[in-house]
Amino acid sequence: MGFVTAEPIELAPLIAAVQAPERGGVASFLGLVRNHHGGRAVLRLEYSAYAPMAEAECARIVAEAEGRWQVSVALRHRVGSLAVGDVAVAAAAASAHREAAFAACRYVIEEVKRRVPIWKREFHADGTEVWVDPTATLQHA
Amino acid sequence: MPASITPSLTVRVLLFASYADALGAESVSLTLPSPATLATVVEHLRALPGGEQLPAKPLCARNLAHAAADEPVAAGDEIAILPPLAGG
Repeated sequence: MGFVTAEPIELAPLIAAVQAPERGGVASFLGLVRNHHGGRAVLRLEYSAYAPMAEAECARIVAEAEGRWQVSVALRHRVGSLAVGDVAVAAAAASAHREAAFAACRYVIEEVKRRVPIWKREFHADGTEVWVDPTATLQHA
Repeated sequence: MPASITPSLTVRVLLFASYADALGAESVSLTLPSPATLATVVEHLRALPGGEQLPAKPLCARNLAHAAADEPVAAGDEIAILPPLAGG
C-alpha cells in the first residue's frame, strides 16, 4: 500500500506495522478535518495530490526519519472528499524509547506539511469554496 | 540556415489545484529555447492566457522532486509547477 490513499485511514494498522518487541514506545499523530478555518465554518475538504511525487516525497521523509533516529515509521495521507472529523493524515513512529518516537513522529508530520505536493479545496457552510493557501494565512488570521 | 533551426526543446508541464484552474488545463506542452531552466518554463507559462495569475517564483518540481528555478530542463523531464502546498 502506498502513502497516499483514497480509503479511510485507520491508526491501528499503522501502529501494528511499526511495533516490535524491542520497541517500547510508539508516538502517533492524526490530522483531522476541522470545522472551521480563518473564521469560516467548513463543511468538507477535497484533497488532491500530485500522486507520484507525493509518494516519492513521503518515502524520502520516512527514510530521513529512520536514518536520523532509531525508529520505524508508518505514514498515510488521504485524498478525495473528506468530512469534518475524518482523518486526513496519520503518522506513527516506534522506537526503543519515547524520545526518538516523539521526535521522529513530529519530524514526519512537519515535513509532510512542508514538502508533500497535496492541496485542499475548502467548502464553506455559506456555499463558497476556496483552495487553501497556508502561505496566505496571515492575511485573514 | 533558416532562423527556425534555433535549438528548442518541448516539455510537458503538469499543473495542479489553483494553477490548473488559472490555466484551464492540468498539463500544457511548451516549446522553449534551448538551453532552458525551470525559470524559463515559468516565464513561458505566465505568458499564456490565465498564466498571469501564477506568481513569478512558484514552487517547481522536476522528475518527482522539488527543484530550484535555476535547474536546467531537458526533453523528457517531468516538470510540475506547484501551488502552495496544503497537505496535512
